[in-house]
Amino acid sequence: MSNFFNSESHELLALLLSSLRVSTPLIFAAMAGFFSERSGIVNIALEGKILIGSLTGVLAASYFHSPWMGLMGAAVVGLVIGAAYALMTIILKADHIVSGVALNLFAAGITPLACNYFYGASGSSASLASEDRFLSAPVYLALVIPFLIDFWSRFTPSGLWHRVAGEEPKALKGAGISVLKLQFTSLMISGALASMGGAVLSTFLSSSFSRNMSAGRGFIALAALILGRWKPLPTFFACLFFGLSEALQIRLQGLSFSDGSTLPVQWIFILPYAITLIVLAGFLGRSRAPKALGRIQSE
Amino acid sequence: MLNHQAESPFAVELINVTKRFGNTIANHQINLKIKRGSIHGIVGENGAGKSTAMNMLYGFYTPDEGSIKIDNKDVFINSPAKALSLGIGMLHQHFLLSSEESALDNILIGAEPVRPTFKIPKPFRWIRQFFKIDRSQALSTIENLLDSNSSHINLKDPVEKMSVGQQQRIEVLKVLYRSAEIIILDEPTAVLTPQETLQLFDQLRKLKGEGKTILIITHKLREVLNICDEVTVFRQGKVVASRDSRKTTESELAELMVGRVVDLHSRKIHPLKVSAQSVLIVENLSLQIAKVSKLKNLNLEIAEGEILGIAGVQGNGQTELQNFLLNPSPFFQKKMATGNYKILGQDVGHLPTRELFKSGLASLADDRLRHGAIASLSIEENFYLGLQNFPHFKNGIFSDKKNIRSALKKAKESFDIKYSQENSLFSSMSGGNQQKLVIARELAKNPKVLIAAQPTRGVDIGAIEFIHQKLREYSANGMSVILISSELSELFALSHRILVMYNGQLGASFNPERSSESDIGLAMGGAT
Amino acid sequence: MNPTLKQILTSLASIALAYSLGMFFVLAAGESPLLVSKVLFRSAIASQYDLGMTFFYAIPFALAGFSVALAYRSGLFNIGAEGQLNMGALGCAMMGIFYPNLPAFVAPFAAIFAALLFGGLWGLIPAVLKTERGSHEVVTSIMLNFIAAALCSYFILYILKNPESQNPESKTLGSSYLFKSFEFFQGAPVGIFLFAIPVLSILIYFFFEKSILGFEMKSAGSSLEAAEAAGISARKIQWLSFALAGATAGLIGSVEILSNSGKFKMDFSPGYGFSGIAVCLLARGNPLLITISALFFAWLHKGAMDLDIETEKMTRDMTSILQALIIAVVASQQSVVNFVKMRRRKFNS
Repeated sequence: MSNFFNSESHELLALLLSSLRVSTPLIFAAMAGFFSERSGIVNIALEGKILIGSLTGVLAASYFHSPWMGLMGAAVVGLVIGAAYALMTIILKADHIVSGVALNLFAAGITPLACNYFYGASGSSASLASEDRFLSAPVYLALVIPFLIDFWSRFTPSGLWHRVAGEEPKALKGAGISVLKLQFTSLMISGALASMGGAVLSTFLSSSFSRNMSAGRGFIALAALILGRWKPLPTFFACLFFGLSEALQIRLQGLSFSDGSTLPVQWIFILPYAITLIVLAGFLGRSRAPKALGRIQSE
Repeated sequence: MLNHQAESPFAVELINVTKRFGNTIANHQINLKIKRGSIHGIVGENGAGKSTAMNMLYGFYTPDEGSIKIDNKDVFINSPAKALSLGIGMLHQHFLLSSEESALDNILIGAEPVRPTFKIPKPFRWIRQFFKIDRSQALSTIENLLDSNSSHINLKDPVEKMSVGQQQRIEVLKVLYRSAEIIILDEPTAVLTPQETLQLFDQLRKLKGEGKTILIITHKLREVLNICDEVTVFRQGKVVASRDSRKTTESELAELMVGRVVDLHSRKIHPLKVSAQSVLIVENLSLQIAKVSKLKNLNLEIAEGEILGIAGVQGNGQTELQNFLLNPSPFFQKKMATGNYKILGQDVGHLPTRELFKSGLASLADDRLRHGAIASLSIEENFYLGLQNFPHFKNGIFSDKKNIRSALKKAKESFDIKYSQENSLFSSMSGGNQQKLVIARELAKNPKVLIAAQPTRGVDIGAIEFIHQKLREYSANGMSVILISSELSELFALSHRILVMYNGQLGASFNPERSSESDIGLAMGGAT
Repeated sequence: MNPTLKQILTSLASIALAYSLGMFFVLAAGESPLLVSKVLFRSAIASQYDLGMTFFYAIPFALAGFSVALAYRSGLFNIGAEGQLNMGALGCAMMGIFYPNLPAFVAPFAAIFAALLFGGLWGLIPAVLKTERGSHEVVTSIMLNFIAAALCSYFILYILKNPESQNPESKTLGSSYLFKSFEFFQGAPVGIFLFAIPVLSILIYFFFEKSILGFEMKSAGSSLEAAEAAGISARKIQWLSFALAGATAGLIGSVEILSNSGKFKMDFSPGYGFSGIAVCLLARGNPLLITISALFFAWLHKGAMDLDIETEKMTRDMTSILQALIIAVVASQQSVVNFVKMRRRKFNS
């Protein structure tokens, strides 16, 4: 069989597998975005939630000596953060984007502070022992979860209500369903999922927490959601696409040209962000956001 | 279903119901008795309190004082869910439909049949929201509810693909699917052609025959007398009268609504000058939005001082025509429209809106308070909105506040607009005064052509007279008016000529002196 | 009660509430809120140098606040200030390094102009994408922040590099470009830009309140539909707002280079762009109040810097936390105010 895989297709396969790995946190975050945005709440706070989840993941994983506990811990903290975000946007009716900025800023401040408290240095945490890290489980989760969510959204009553909340919340009110409860729950689930994405980042893709390690993934996940027209399955594929660009970036680092010079690392670093921008720019307004997205409810 | 207590002939009773919002009393000591199995009309001006009362029946609000009885039992309706459980259903004026979802799903919201179907004890019922929706069972149930007029609707289609009349049928199905015995309709005929209205009335009579009780909120007095058994009049938050519909007239109802004698339909048109020049011309206008043809080969010409009425049910291209007339250049630039558009002989198709204003155009959008005004700005700022590029109101790159204030003062007097301070919020004015301010502002542009779309929609009867009078006054002085309205009586009272808009085309012209409302009604429905 | 007075009182109440919430985190970390508060309050004015450092931070905070306010007036969110200030610094550095021989009465103006231009153009990109392509300006701006950081990094390390240093920084600009600092502040790098702030705040105030464009921006920001129906071009307003916002943020880059370090140091900004959001929100978008708001946040920031040194558990990240709490409280303010009003009404009736 060894002549079946010549080196080129071997490279390609390695790249694809790498993309899958790298997309995993994006997929979690994008699914989190789905829960929030599809029910009508703009969520630019994914970035902050990922960051908090990544620190929590490392803390819980090292304390309980299990990456699964890291994931669980992140999920629980994520539920709380989601509830806080829901409190601000739904109950206190703050502007969604402003609330998101506040949450991101808060996360950017509290994670180094907490890291300093637990590990004595604000730049990064201690590394996890390899038995406290994930081997491959998150990939399987990331493959299954979007399909589960898609089924739920299209075929169950709560999935229908969730979609309608983002389009015409008054239709739910008139039918006797509480939009407030629905959005609150959606935001809590969204917080948990995004946080889990962060845990995957720190316990699977790397082995520790470092300051600002989310590096814009929360926004790339949002771009994937827009590219995927706010539907779970197309968003999943969009995440794979962005994962590919990040994997390419890793691959290209250190690549040398025939004259021995190397590509400046900055141009490679730009790749995922530039591609996101091009996708957003090239994307015609055909992708219509949920109609009631961003609308502040008056109960 | 509910037990009909044989002793009481009334399905619904409101007893001394009072509702306040802050310092305003929306409903004051309302007493209302609705006979079971009847069709009962509720009429009144905007702000008279009729919607508030009906919304309390449906659980959107709760009474501050008084009580409500359904089938002779005291009830406390604190949510739509409660109302639905009592057998009350409501058709809202603005449909509560999610356009992305199918008609079927819209009907099922909140009452979805699911599989598996085994019984679940009450505290765990919420689990059912995670089961799979049994759409095929729902389809067969609903198909039985479809009447002969609706059988061509494909329930699996998304709502956005349906016509307005079909969408209303979906709303009716929503109510019937929940087995409502008491049905409230809020301005149901506002969006229907005369023919569709007749079909709706047939359906209502059939439902009445099945023993259902129907309440209709409407401002169309002629329809009220047609379909309702009894009529109740609201005025300023109170019930002022109830009448048997066979024993009253439109004029009496109008008088009760306003509190004085009202002249609704008199026609006083100034004659057109024989030599009147053409002021605005549209030739061969074809317009598409998202590849769908909205205006087809449209021709329009209006002379100086002429009031040209455009009749038609909303949704036949009127909005697109208005948008085009106000801001044509994007349509041409994006290749969405072809044709000619001239004001006073000048081609204006490539000009931006503010240049069109300077060429003599003014516009009263039909959704005046959303497109014509900004609630969070002050009264003065709203008067300034749209006037800011006129040389008279500016001083280089700065605004000329003095001139604006004096113009506003003049408008306040001449239009009898009531407000306390120019820099209070626009939203602090009453609805009628807000409308008057917007109209006064447009007229302050001294336009050659005013596009007035539904100028008196949502305006109180007293103010309607005033607005009609102003339009006549200005047009007698040479201003042309393109009057787009779905109120035939308004068109007849004001227009020199009436064109009918149907399916993106302007049909033959009618002379109001010689045609009847039913001629035009037929043309509005597409008959040629 | 006078409405402006009410606004100021509510802002003060918000600050108090946010600060208390922040102290909760201090407690949780095991530090004394009293000690932390003492450090925070004292550090801004402890000496002339400290006062100068407070002003040093206040200048970019104010500029960032103006930047956000210029976009906010039109209903838009400028989250891209961080990228814009970097690009402004790039323009300024390029002007200074490529044209080192410009005479002293022209040089600083040329450098400032370059900063305004680069910042303005960078700010224009999300606006153009929004109007022409319907792209969400928040996501595009954030992408542009990362791209700007990478671009600047490339230029600093490969094209403008300082051959005499291992640090990631550009060459130093010639003295014809640089501004002197006031001696009063005993070494804190505060120069003539300090006076630019109140001047700018008054200019922007007049622009907002008295000019036609200012009115058009306000209308577009409140209701784009009504504004367009009134003849206001959404495209013109959105492009203009973002370009102005970007240029103002770009100015921060020139302050850093011409008045502080004399060169383009990579990552010189401790998040000024995002702090600008807090500054603008607290001042409710009012340019006159932004100056005060910027001073307040600078006070906090200076204090947080000292926290790093003077306590064990607290780091300068405290400033982000406090900013975030203030933003959150101010944004939720309206609901709380309405709630209080309702309660009071029920109590009275």
